[in-house]
Formats: sequence, C-alpha cells, structure tokens
Amino acid sequence: MTVVGGGSSSPQPYGGGHQSTNLGDILERVLDKGLVIAGDIQVNLLDIELLTIKLRLVIASLETAKAVGIDWWETDPWLSSKGKRAEIEGTQQDLEVENRKLRDRIAELEAARREPVAAEVEDAEVEDAEVTDDDG
Amino acid sequence: MTADHGVWVYAVTGADLPEEAVSGVTGVAREPVRAVSAAGLTAVVGTVPLGEFGEEALRSNLENLEWLETVARTHDAVVSAVVRWAPAIPLRLATVYLDDARVCDVLEARRADFDAALTLVAGRTEWGVKAYADVEAIAAGAVETAGSGSEKGTGTAYLLRRKAQLSAREDAERAAADRADTLHALLLQHSAAGRRQPPTDPTLSGRRDRMVLNGTYLVDDARSDEFADAVAAARTQFDGLELELTGPWPPYSFAGVDRGNP
Repeated sequence: MTVVGGGSSSPQPYGGGHQSTNLGDILERVLDKGLVIAGDIQVNLLDIELLTIKLRLVIASLETAKAVGIDWWETDPWLSSKGKRAEIEGTQQDLEVENRKLRDRIAELEAARREPVAAEVEDAEVEDAEVTDDDG
Repeated sequence: MTADHGVWVYAVTGADLPEEAVSGVTGVAREPVRAVSAAGLTAVVGTVPLGEFGEEALRSNLENLEWLETVARTHDAVVSAVVRWAPAIPLRLATVYLDDARVCDVLEARRADFDAALTLVAGRTEWGVKAYADVEAIAAGAVETAGSGSEKGTGTAYLLRRKAQLSAREDAERAAADRADTLHALLLQHSAAGRRQPPTDPTLSGRRDRMVLNGTYLVDDARSDEFADAVAAARTQFDGLELELTGPWPPYSFAGVDRGNP
C-alpha cells in the first residue's frame, strides 16, 4: 500500500507547505498536537479521534482495512495493552478451536470404530424382537 | 466581522510580527492571513466563512479526506511561515473564534501559558525520528541458524522448531524495543526535550516493518547539526533499525505547557 506523500526519509525545510511531506506526518501533528485551547466553535475531540480512525481506514487500501478490522487500533498489541490482552486471548481462542477440532476428530474416529459393533447389536435386537414375537 | 464569519487561529507568537511575515500568505479559506495583537502577544489568524468552517460544517468537512488534506497542509504552511520569523506556538487544527475580540480575550486570559510555551520553544525546532525494525526477518534469521542442525520431519523436531520460532520472535521484539529505548535516550542527550508517541499504524505508514520508536525532539537550533549527526551515527550504530528523520517542524508537540517532558 502506498501512502499519500510517500514518506521521504530526508528532512525538508519548513515553509514550503510540506507539500511533499507524508500526510500522516502532518496530521499526526496538526490534529493530535498543537496547543489545544477551546474555541468558540466547538469541535468535539472525540469527533476528531473518530475522524483520524476513519481517515486511517480510508488511507489504508480497502483490503487492508478489512483485514485489520474496524477496531485494529484496539487489537494491535503495540498500540494498546487491551490489544496485548486480545492477542493472548486470540491465542487461547486458536487453541480452543484446535482443541475442539481434535475432539471432534477423535469422536469421529471412535464412532467409526464402534459402528460395526453397533450394527451387530441392532441385528441382535431385531432377532430378539422376532423371537419375542414368536413367543407371543 | 459578520455573523457568518469566524476567526481561524493558526499560531500565537510573542513578537510584534513584521507585516511582511504574513503578507501574501493565504490561509485555509484562501483568505489573507493577518495579525491580531493583545497582551504583548500576536495571534496569526484568518477570517473564514462559517458556512465551511462553522461547527456543523467542520464536523462533516473533517470527514472529507481531500478537504482535510488541503486544510491540514495549509494550516501547517501558515504556521511554518510564522515560525520562520519568530518563535510561535502552533494551535491545533480547527481552533475558531467568533471574532477578533474573542481572540484578544484568549490572548489575555492565557497569557502566562503562552509565555511559558514560547520560552520553551524559542530558538528551538522540532525534529521527528522514527525507527523501524523488521522483527519477522530478524526472528526468521535466528530460527534458520538455530534449526539447521536439528533433524526434521519428526514431531519432536517440529515442536522444537515451533518453539524456537516463537522464542526467536519474542527475542527479536525485545531486542528491537531495547534498542529503541537506547536510541531515544541517546537522542534526548542532544535535545532540549523529547517524547515518544504511539507508533503510527502500519496501514498509515505504509510499511511492513514494525515502528519501534516514534519520537519527536525539540532541538536547540545551535545544536541541529549535532542532532542530525547523532541520527546519522545511530543509523550505523543501531544494527537492524531503520531510521527516518523528519522536519524541521514547527514545535507542534511542545506547544502545550501541560505537555512536559515525560
């Protein structure tokens, strides 16, 4: 995925409007930083946070956005402790899924082994029933 | 000022700004940028239509990436133009007042805060340093080396290999984090202040490797060469980290008095 601006590794003199500077670098500063004083026109900070999140998703290719999920910032262990927890839980979930699959497979195998026996038992019961019928 | 216009504030500076500093500079609404002075401070402002920059309009316009990009770049350009003339405190995007009188009120009321912030940033410039580490590659390299001797194909060998992969990854992450800590400490020695910020998400940075340091530093202008040299030296010193230097920036990250050095 390419980011608008391309992200140059060489410093640029300011004043040029940072036209070639990575948009992410600029937004990181003008949205998240800068002196915050209450204006007469109130723009909710939460709105701005929402916006940056949406923005990040817009900048990301659609596939990437889908792949990372709409709550990627919460699940990235490098971004939040909650994410770290989620990663551990994710690992546990994976293990649980794998466990369940293995248990199912064992049940299947056991069922397959038991099947011929079960069939014999059934036959026997039928015979028994016939016998009983005869008796009656 | 009419009721359908507001005043967008770009930056606050302590000096009487020379007229040529902002003459010819246009702002976010393509308006000519001007100065409003009170309490020994000067706010660099522009008159903007509330139809585009009012509360409701802002809310929806901020969601428009194209609009946001233009406005963000313009805001940054105006702030940068001011900073070239005098130390200035950049304001966060979208700080809008109803009229000049309200701007003067704020300059008077927050004078002490502005003065303190101006003292901090005077003669200093903000520089950004990001460090990336390709943790996967480092870990894969370690496993390759460790696993080459073990017999393959058996269950035990697989488990051992898997365990080696996991611990190699952990080791690589820890090593990269340690190096980032050391790098940050080193850069702090060459700057007046510095702070680490949350890493930019890979989807925004467009990079596959992990950002292990997203640092920003306030550097004395007299020491800017020294800082650049330190970054250059670190490129070779910190094996496995790729460094990116950005700037010079107006002191966005050091604009608030409450944002002390952590």
